[in-house]
Amino acid sequence: MTALRIEHFTYTYAGADGPALRDVSLTVEPGEFVVLAGLSASGKSTLLRAASGLVPHFHGGDVAGRVVVGGLDTREHGPGDIAAVAGTLFQDPETQVVLGTVRNELAFPLENRGLGASAVARGVEEVALALGIETLLDRPTGELSGGELQRVALGASVAGRPALVLLDEPTSQLDPVAGDELVWLLRRLNEEWGTAVVLCEHRLERCLGHADRVVALDHGAVACDGDPRAFLDWAGEHAPALQTPGARLFARAGLRPLPAGVKEARATLRSHGLLAAHRPQDPTAADTAPAPRRARRAERGEAALLVDRVWHEFRGGRTVLRDVSLVFAAGERVALMGRNGAGKSTLLKHAGGLLEPSRGTVRAQGRVALLLQDPGAYLVHETVAEEASSAALEAEGLGHLLTRHPRDLSGGERQRLALAVVLGDREQRPAVVCLDEPTRGMDRGDKGDLALRLRELAAAGTAVIVATHDAEFAAAFAERVVLLADGRPIADGPSSEVLAGGWYFATETARILGGEGGALLPEEGAEILRRGLTVEMAP
Amino acid sequence: MIFRRLASPLHATRASVASLYCLALGAAALITENPVVLLAVGLAVLGAAWGARVSDDVLRAARWAALLAVVVALINPLIVREGLTVLVRLGEVPPFGQVDITLEALVYGAVLGLRVLVIVSAAALFAVAVDPDALLRLFRRVSFRSALTAVLATRLVPVLIADGRRLAEGQRCRADGGGSRVAVVRAVATGALDRAVDVAATLEVRGFAVARTPPRGGPSWSRHDVAFALSTGAIVVLSVGAAVTGVASAAFYPELDLDGGANVWLLGAAIVAVALLPFADRRGIAP
Repeated sequence: MTALRIEHFTYTYAGADGPALRDVSLTVEPGEFVVLAGLSASGKSTLLRAASGLVPHFHGGDVAGRVVVGGLDTREHGPGDIAAVAGTLFQDPETQVVLGTVRNELAFPLENRGLGASAVARGVEEVALALGIETLLDRPTGELSGGELQRVALGASVAGRPALVLLDEPTSQLDPVAGDELVWLLRRLNEEWGTAVVLCEHRLERCLGHADRVVALDHGAVACDGDPRAFLDWAGEHAPALQTPGARLFARAGLRPLPAGVKEARATLRSHGLLAAHRPQDPTAADTAPAPRRARRAERGEAALLVDRVWHEFRGGRTVLRDVSLVFAAGERVALMGRNGAGKSTLLKHAGGLLEPSRGTVRAQGRVALLLQDPGAYLVHETVAEEASSAALEAEGLGHLLTRHPRDLSGGERQRLALAVVLGDREQRPAVVCLDEPTRGMDRGDKGDLALRLRELAAAGTAVIVATHDAEFAAAFAERVVLLADGRPIADGPSSEVLAGGWYFATETARILGGEGGALLPEEGAEILRRGLTVEMAP
Repeated sequence: MIFRRLASPLHATRASVASLYCLALGAAALITENPVVLLAVGLAVLGAAWGARVSDDVLRAARWAALLAVVVALINPLIVREGLTVLVRLGEVPPFGQVDITLEALVYGAVLGLRVLVIVSAAALFAVAVDPDALLRLFRRVSFRSALTAVLATRLVPVLIADGRRLAEGQRCRADGGGSRVAVVRAVATGALDRAVDVAATLEVRGFAVARTPPRGGPSWSRHDVAFALSTGAIVVLSVGAAVTGVASAAFYPELDLDGGANVWLLGAAIVAVALLPFADRRGIAP
C-alpha cells in the first residue's frame, strides 16, 4: 500500500487571498526517504499538514483533490485517525511535548490507541531504545534541552510504529549537533524499520545525502520531483537559493555530477586527482589553530566593546563564563561559535547589559543593541509601523510592510523588523550590535540578505557580534571567529583559519576540500579546484 | 512549583491514592474548628511535606498563604458583630459601622486564618507530590473535555513562563525602552492563543481526539499504595468521627467554648501519627 498519495490537491486557508497548495500530485512509497525543499512560504508546511489530516480538519479552509495516507482518505478521516498510520513532528520542541515525563510522553499516543498497560510499556521501551533516549525515560520533560525534547517528540510520533513519518523542519530550533543526530535517527528508522520519511528542511546539505527523492515546491506547486542529483541540477538552473554549498562549489568549478553530500563530493574530487587519496593526520594540526591572545593596552582603550576577565557563576550552580577577556573593535564583524552551553548567549547578554558579571567588567563605547534568539519577543504592537520609527523601518527595507501585523511577516522579515526595533533611529545608532542565532529557520536567501545588512552596519563603524552555529553564515559574514568551549575562548582568529581547520566548526566547502587553501565559501573553493583542473588537464 | 518525581514514599504512591491522601488532609482542616486539631492537621501536612522532600515548596506556598490568613484574621473581628467579651470599642468605623472587637471574633478569625494556611499547604503538597500525568489519565476516563483542558492548561504554564521571560528580555533590549504595559499584555495574550493552538495541534496528531478507553487493570498495588490508602481512611475516620461524636468540639459565639481536654490532644496526636506513619517505610521509593 502506498504510504502517501496526493492527487490534484489544491488548498486555500480560510480567509486567504490565494491557495497555499496548487494542484499538487505526488506519491510516497513505503520505505522511501523524501525531502521537501522550497523557499519560505512555498507550501511545504501546508503540504505536511494536509498529509497529517490537520488540513482541513484543524485549520479549515477550502480543499479540492484528495490525500490518502496509509489507505485513509483525509476527507473522511481526521488527524486522530491518521495518527495511527502517520507520525507527525513540527518545528518547535517546546509545544510538542504535552506530558510531564518522557515515559508518559512516549506512552501517550499508545494509550490513545487503547493499548493495554503491558503493550504500552513494551512500546515505550522499544522506541526509547531505538532512538537512544532510554536514559531520559524518567526525566521531567521540563528539564530537557531542545535537542532532547525534539528526540522525545520524535519518539512520541513514531511510538506506534507508523508506516510514514512527516517532519516539518524538525531541526530548525536545534543546534547543528542535535540537528545532525536527529537526521541520523530518521535514517535509522527508515533503514531498520522501513518507515517512509517525508522531511521538510531548509539546510538541505544536512539531509540530501540520506534522501531517495527530493520534491521541490514553488508557490504551492510541485516544481521538481527527482533524485538528489536531478534536484541539484534543477536548482542550479531554477532556484539557486536551494543549491547546497557543495553543489555550488562543483557548479562553479565546472565539475559534474553535483554532489548530494561531502562523501560523494570527495569521491568525485579523488577520481579527478583533485584530492589526495589519504592525507596522514598531522598531529600538530591542533597547535596551528589561532589561540586567544591578551589584547594590548591600546586595543583595549579603543575597543567598541571590552569584556575584561568576566566570570558568570550561578549561586549553587555551574560556572557559565570563566575569566573571559575579549576586545571587539569598531566596525569588526565577529562570529561567536561553540556548542550549546558553551556560553555564547550568556556572553551576549552581558554585552547587552541583561546580566551582571559575577566578576570582571564589560565596557562599551556607546549603546549596545542586542537581538536575542526569538525576534517575536521584541514585537508587541498591532502593525509594523508602530514597532519602530519610519526611518528605522526604511533602513531595514520594511517600508512597504507598514500596515502588516508583525505576526504575518515571514521569518526573515520578522528578523529584520526586530533588528529595526533594537537599532532605532540613525541618531540612536549603537556602537555594538549583538545577534544571538539570527539564522534559525531562515532560508538561504534570507541568510544572504542578513549577512549583507550586517556587513553594511559594520562598514558604518558598528561592531557586529553574532553568536551562531551556522558555519556557512559565519563564513559569509564574519572576518573573525571566536570559538568558545566550557565558558572560555579556545580559538580566536580570522575566519579562514578557524573555520577551515576543523571537522565540526567548518563549512561544507572546507570539509569537502579538507581545509585546502583556507577556502570556506564555494566561490573560494571553486577557484582552487579550477586551478587543480587546469594542472590536471595540462600535458 | 511543579511536580518532580523524587525518592519519597508519597511520590512512589499511585496518583489516585496520593491525591486522596492530600484531599483527606485538606478536608480534615475544613471539618474541624478546634484550634488544637487544626494545628495537628497543619503539623501533619508539614510532616508529610518533609517526608516527601518537598518542604521548601510547601513552606513557600504557606508563606504566601500567611498573608491571606492574616487578612482573614484581621477582617473577621471588624465585620462580625457576635461575641460577648468586648476587648475594644472602636465606635463608628466606616465602612463597617459600629465596631466592637470581641475576643470570640478575634479567636474565630485566627482559626479561619489557620484553616486557610493548612488548606493551601495541603494543596501545595498535592501540586508537588502527585503526578499530574497520571491524574490526567484518571480524568480522561471520566471526561475527555476536562482532560483536554487540563492537558492544555498544565502544558501551557511552563511554555508561557518561558515566553514571558523572553518577552521581558526583548522589551529591555528595545531602543525605545520597551512597549507599553497594555501592548505587552496584549502580546502575551496573543502569544498564549498561538501556543494553545500549537499544543492542540500536537494533541491532535498524537490521537488524543479519538482516544479509546484503555482496558482496565494496571500494576498491582504497592506497599506504599496500601499504606497511604489506609492512612487516608484513618484520617477521614478520625476527623469525620470527631465531628459526628462531638469530640474536639468548638463553639465561638456567643462565648468561647473550646474543648481542650485529653481527648482533643489524643485526637490531634492520632491524626499526626496516622498521616506520617506511611513515611516510615522507605523501601522501593527511588524513581
